Amino acid sequence: MCGNEALAESAIIAGLDAYFGYPITPQNEIPAYMSRRMPEEGGVFLQSESELAAINMVFGASATGKRVMTSSSSPGISLMQEGISYLAGAELPAVVVNVMRGGPGLGNIAPSQGDYFQATRGGGHGDYRTIVFGPSTVQELVDCMPLAFDLADQYRMTVMILADGILGQMMEPVVLEKKPRRKLPAKDWALTGAEGREQHIVRSLLLKDGALEELNCKLQAKYRKIEREEVICEEYAVEDAEIVVVAYGIAARIVRSAVERARQEGIKAGLIRPVTLWPFPTKQISEAADEMKVFLTVEMSCGQMVEDVKLAVAGKAPVVFYGRSGGNVPSVDDILDRIRELSVPAKA
Amino acid sequence: MALVFARTPTLKDCPTHYCAGCGHGVAHRLVAETVDEMGIRGRTIGIAPVGCAVLAYDYLDIDMIEVAHGRAPAVATGMKRTNPDKIIFSYQGDGDLAAIGTAEIIHAAHRGEQLTVIFINNAVFGMTGGQMAPTTMIEQVTATTPRGREASDQGYPLQIAELLAVLPGTNYVERCSLHNASHIRKAKKAIRRGFELQVEGVQGLSFIEILSACPTYWRMTPERSMEWIEKDMTKVFPLGRLKG
Repeated sequence: MCGNEALAESAIIAGLDAYFGYPITPQNEIPAYMSRRMPEEGGVFLQSESELAAINMVFGASATGKRVMTSSSSPGISLMQEGISYLAGAELPAVVVNVMRGGPGLGNIAPSQGDYFQATRGGGHGDYRTIVFGPSTVQELVDCMPLAFDLADQYRMTVMILADGILGQMMEPVVLEKKPRRKLPAKDWALTGAEGREQHIVRSLLLKDGALEELNCKLQAKYRKIEREEVICEEYAVEDAEIVVVAYGIAARIVRSAVERARQEGIKAGLIRPVTLWPFPTKQISEAADEMKVFLTVEMSCGQMVEDVKLAVAGKAPVVFYGRSGGNVPSVDDILDRIRELSVPAKA
Repeated sequence: MALVFARTPTLKDCPTHYCAGCGHGVAHRLVAETVDEMGIRGRTIGIAPVGCAVLAYDYLDIDMIEVAHGRAPAVATGMKRTNPDKIIFSYQGDGDLAAIGTAEIIHAAHRGEQLTVIFINNAVFGMTGGQMAPTTMIEQVTATTPRGREASDQGYPLQIAELLAVLPGTNYVERCSLHNASHIRKAKKAIRRGFELQVEGVQGLSFIEILSACPTYWRMTPERSMEWIEKDMTKVFPLGRLKG
């Protein structure tokens, strides 16, 4: 099973009611898989006329209380930003998978991490956030799906899975199992027909004095809670490290090999791997920076997450960036060279 | 004394924000009466557009959602596909449905989604200040056609009902008008037919276009507006059943 199919099956196991999507490479295995499996499960699969329509179909199904998702790749996710902003304003849960490809524009179909800014800053108009996962293995991709649906339902917001072309196409053995759901609030806001009750309204237009700021304050309070409680981060050999590499997703797997080889050479390197990109592991990185370490951020972009690393380090230590873009993947040797360069002044 | 007329319960007892002579109030009432007469309030979900009718949920006492400009047919699709037992309708203006939302309405109709669409055609963008809509008449002066719409520059009025009627996915297409009492009664019958087809589970999208006045941005009195619908608009947008 490739990563795209594995995440699709994981979503079905997590209780997916409906999938809406539009073809785009490199995520086409997801709609193809869903078109076969969703009818078998009594669920809904629909190929939309555009990504705009897909995210709005998600909007409609979500408003009726269903578990619903869509998937796309970078240019398609840009089109969906209108709907993602409306989902935020209307506080509707949804899961959106972005199997990133090279950009800007039509770019290419090779793997990239160039959509980090778009994903972690909300992406569309207005003051909002989405929870963002940056898994680095197919198993982690599988495991974050049920959690993504639970978080979407719990916080009534969009959760984005930020994968890339490699992860989507990669085949790895995975364990697929039904996980117990979190204790979730009842969807007592859903549109089900106002039988025997007052009407429900799902809206994001708030014209009355102060009403929109009130919504924004409510959203921000929710986001602060998520920042406190939902950060997931993996640390490897950080404790005694003099050089800490920060990387996520598929880039982090390459970094891990480079860090292991650096250790074999006697260089004290370590890895901090954010699993949630928002909320970002600011605290973990800030604490590592207290030890006066050097930070190297490695991304398949021209430098996006590095800004969050700098904000977390807050000037306490140097932060260096190494990245490849345009669909190129950094090699272990490239990263190891950068680690070696950084270790020279440390030895002197 | 016997009660001979009462406000239908699904129409809320409150003043609307609509201008004098605007057709939205009448169209809302027709929808509300239909929902009550058919006894489907408890399983109906309405979709409000972007435009003057965005606040339709303030006047219609049913479950409602407000959506991005033009996207109502996609949102309705998401709702109906996951809730086939519910009655889903969208209420959209011409800026919403015939401009930015053309792809969504064409494809919802082309897929034969089981939906009822109420399309209010007043030949102008109302809420944003009276700009040209795709349905604006030739020579009609708007905020963005100060010399009047010219076909050579801005194209011809878009006849959406005719476009949709040729698609196999529509089961009913009718164009009505609100310019006098007899046409208001016809419009109500058409709305009822649209809802009935969905309740009966007849595959396909039912589409009711309603010519409706915007005296404010037509720069006419309400009375003159009704004449303009009857004498001018109906020449470009002929009334009657196109399908079903």
